[in-house]
Formats: sequence, C-alpha cells, structure tokens
Amino acid sequence: MYSRGTYVVVDPGIVRTDDDVVVVVDDDEPPSKKLETTAKTAKPNTPHSRYLWSRVRKNITNHTRRHFGRRRVIQPMTNLPSFPGAQRPARSYRTDADGVSIATYEWGNESDPPLFLVHGGSDFAGTYDVFAPIMAAAGYRVISWDHRGHGDSDHTALYGWDADIRDALTVMSSITNKAAPVVAHSKGGALMLQLADASPYRISKLVNIDGMPSKRRMPDAPDHDQTRMMAGEITGWLDFRHEAALAHRKPGSLHDLAVRRGKMNPRLPIEWLEYLVTIGARQDDDGWRWKLDPTMRFGGFGPWRPEWTLLRMIALGMPFLGLIGTIDEPMGWGTRPRDLAPWIPRNGRLEAIHDVGHFVHIEKPNEVSAMILEFLS
Amino acid sequence: MSTTNTVQQLVHNKVSLALHTLRVGSGTPLLLLHGLGEHSPSTVPEVAARWPGPIYALDFTGHGQSSVPAGGGYSCEILLADVDIALRYLGGACLLGRGIGAYIALLAAGARPELVHGAVLTDGPGLAGGATHISAVTEIATVGDRSGQTPDPWALIELSRDARPANYASTFARLSVTGPNDIDPIAVCCVVRPPWIEAINEEPGVMTGLSAQEALESYAAR
Repeated sequence: MYSRGTYVVVDPGIVRTDDDVVVVVDDDEPPSKKLETTAKTAKPNTPHSRYLWSRVRKNITNHTRRHFGRRRVIQPMTNLPSFPGAQRPARSYRTDADGVSIATYEWGNESDPPLFLVHGGSDFAGTYDVFAPIMAAAGYRVISWDHRGHGDSDHTALYGWDADIRDALTVMSSITNKAAPVVAHSKGGALMLQLADASPYRISKLVNIDGMPSKRRMPDAPDHDQTRMMAGEITGWLDFRHEAALAHRKPGSLHDLAVRRGKMNPRLPIEWLEYLVTIGARQDDDGWRWKLDPTMRFGGFGPWRPEWTLLRMIALGMPFLGLIGTIDEPMGWGTRPRDLAPWIPRNGRLEAIHDVGHFVHIEKPNEVSAMILEFLS
Repeated sequence: MSTTNTVQQLVHNKVSLALHTLRVGSGTPLLLLHGLGEHSPSTVPEVAARWPGPIYALDFTGHGQSSVPAGGGYSCEILLADVDIALRYLGGACLLGRGIGAYIALLAAGARPELVHGAVLTDGPGLAGGATHISAVTEIATVGDRSGQTPDPWALIELSRDARPANYASTFARLSVTGPNDIDPIAVCCVVRPPWIEAINEEPGVMTGLSAQEALESYAAR
C-alpha cells in the first residue's frame, strides 16, 4: 500500500501533507523561532537539548491549536465504539527488535500452533480485530504486531524494507524457530514474499492478501516527462525531510479521523473506521491523533522495482495462496489478476475475489477466513 | 582563508548530523562526503588543498560524530537527504565524494541541480553498492555489541547491499544537467567502474578521464 501525499498550503506558516500531517515551517512567534534555532545548535542527546526540543514541541502544539482553533480541552471519551465481531487481543506485550520496541499481540490459546498475521502500510495489528478471532477460534495461536512507526510500536529515525523484515523475524523468532504459516496483507504481503524467498525454512505456508505489486503504475508518458515527474517526487520528498522533525498529526474528533481515513478506505463502513480510531489513534487533551509516525511519507522514489517482488514470488517452494480483490482502491497496488498469472509459484494458486477492494479480509471476513482455513488445513 | 576544525550540528528528523568546517573562506563551498564506514577528515585532504573557497565535511547518519538511530533502516536516499540538509544550510556547494559518498554526490547532483555546483566522484569504500537486481538477503540475527557506536553496523550492512540499477543512476545523471549552472555537473574520477558508473559514463554532462584535482580546478574556475 503506497499513497502519495501532496503538499497543500493551508495558510501562511503551515504546510499540510496528505490530510493528516501538519508541519509548522515558519513559526509566527519570534521566541519560538529563536528557541528552535537554539535547540538545533545545542549538543545533541543531552538533557539540555532534550529539554529544548520538548519546549519546541510544546510551542508547535500551541501554534497548531491557534491555527485550527482547538484550544479547548476535549473531555476524554469513555464510551468508545465497538464493532460486530471485533475482539481485542487476549495478550499484548513488547518485543525488543535491536533497540526498537515492537508492540506485539496474540489471540487464542498459547498452546495452539502459531499463525502470524502481518498488516499493511499505514495500518496496525488492530485491523485484524475481526479476522484474527475467527482464526483463533479455528485453533490457532494468532500473533501479530505493529510495524515500527505504526500503532503502538516505537517511532524510529529510519524506516526501510529490510528493517521491517528484521523486526518481523525478531517477533517470529520470539514465538518459534520452526516454520509457521503466515497471512499477510498489502505491504506486509510484499515483505513476507521477500522473507519467504530469503528464509524459506521460516514459513510453512504463505497467504498473500493483495500484496503482490506488479509494474509501477505510470501514465503513458514519454521518458523525458517521466524523468520530470520523478524530479518532482524527489524534491517533494527531500523538502519534507527538512521539516520532518516538526511534523505532527492534526487533532480531531473520533469521527473526524474516521472520515479522513475513509478517503483512503472508501469501501469500508464508517463504523469500522471509527472502531479503528480507538486503537490506531490516541486521545490527547485537544482531540484524537493517529499514532502513525508523521515523519513517514509513503510513495516517492527509490531503486526498488515492484516487479522484483514477483520474481521472488515465482521462486517460492512452500504452499502459496494469493488473494486479490478486483476493485481498485487508493491504498491498493493496482495489480490485476492477469498481471499475476505468469508469476504464481508451482505450488500455489491465485484467487480473484470479485466486487471486493484492497481490504479483502475486512470486507468479507467469513468468506476469506474459510478459504484460508481450508488452505492451511 | 584559514584552516580550522569546528563542528556544527544539523537536524535531520530525529538524527543530529555533524557538519565539519575544515577551512573558512568566501566563495563556493566544497563539501566532502566520506566513504562507507568512514568519517569526515579533521583536516583538508591534499586532493582538495587548492580549492579556493571554504571547505566542509559531512558525517552521514550513523557515522563519525553524527548520531546513531536505533535498529537501522538505512538507504542511500536517506544519505541523500543528509546531504540535502547540509546543502540548504550552506546555500549550495561543489561535492567531492569518496566511495558511497560518490554515489550520494551523483544522487544529490540530480536531485538538487540548482544547489550542486559540480560533483566529483572518487574511489572509496561502498562505491560499488549491492545488487543491480533482486537479491535474497534478509536474515541477520545480530550486530553484536557494536550497537550504538559509529560507524553503525546496520549502516555497513544495509548500505553495502543497496540496489543500484543502471537506469536509476542514469536518471539522476540526466536530472543533473537541468540546473542553471553552465557546467558538466558530474566528474567521474574513480578507477573502479561498477555498473552504475558504467551506466552514467555516456550521459551528457558527465566528464571522464580527468583526475579529481583537475575536476575540482575545473569547477573552481566556473
């Protein structure tokens, strides 16, 4: 899942990226600007520099409140929405992955065989709150985790494909060193294709839910125009890196955040999205904020080619089930079943599920879980 | 001009970058980019001694006196962003890159052609990079007890195998000639020619067959 953020100037002094991130680029209070400069020039990683940065962050929060008119303190909600069939994990704990604290969750009995669920980009383990209990009821110890920068896991300075896979291996190794089945969605599916290719002894069976990127979606444009488009992506990303230290998430009501999320998940009911807010967002004095690290910016550029994932996929030896919805969505890869047909491994199959978008297992949890349980059995 | 060695800390998201001032002066700055696993020199290296302007050197994330992030996640694009932070602070510069610093100099020249007044590419650690295609490398159990030190072992592991497809490198070479400066912005001065170097050799705006000193003199004269 990769979304492409665009910069929208909402008023002088603030640049907003996507719909959710606020970056204060020109504080209108001279003392704040001076404070920020002082913080930048202080010796890093010292109590003094940490104190200065905490002052800068406080100033930014106040600045944002002025611009968004959210000075008032919102009473904490106590009657949070639920969703039919959704269950929070039976156990939750932290796993240390090379100094990065990974929030880890389990559904089902500890004595049952493990089954790992891997979420997609911008998501979190709680997006499996309907699907995981079904798998647990079928006799699995279901384990999932929030990727670094997502949900309740640590926000880190760096994010990368290999780092995500190392974090996954750390969690998986903490449960078992034997081969275990994995169900992975979207970006998580692409990550697990790489892990299955590099360490096939780790995965006994692999289910990939709409995480099989084919060629990059590029408009039919000549080379020089594509080069110019890439230049725009590069400068946009670099500009954001300059301001990333000052980025934070825009507060709002629980419903506001659900509506924002709905722009990326247009096929999912608002009741589900409101339920997700209660897990993937935190409630501050001035409203709810998504926990996703605001310094992460999906999309952009890099040497990686989507089709490399398919070259890994065809090489897999373990049983493989690929599931793909037929309706394109903003958070999807835009892959068509016909794109994947030549790349399905010998011991695998692809199921196209019609009239479903990118979140196949959320739109049709019963049908998809039955299909997966049959495959795992 | 006078020789000095002071360190300025620049903020790149959660990382503190060390920018060394090796020589103060006026005119176009020269920014030195070290090789993989190295750090900035404390004095002006001989190859740059005749540069007429101020001279700076940047420690990449996880190297030298820059801070070390937890748990890795390195990419050459992050190092490009390190350089971009320094370029904006300096208002532009000529780049002299060693090893991986040479590759990053190419990326910077393509990404910010208006700020890079020439990129001199020289041999050094990390010049080749990793695969030019898919590779099956993921499982690394530990970095041992070196975690938290510079050079960050995660930087050495991840940046030594980053993918550098030929067409990716040549795209940056093509972007480098879109700037306002009337120069050939890339000077390939290395002996080792990994695939990404071979890919840019024939691109417009790329000079070959000259030494690093000659390339620096050429850029200093503009």
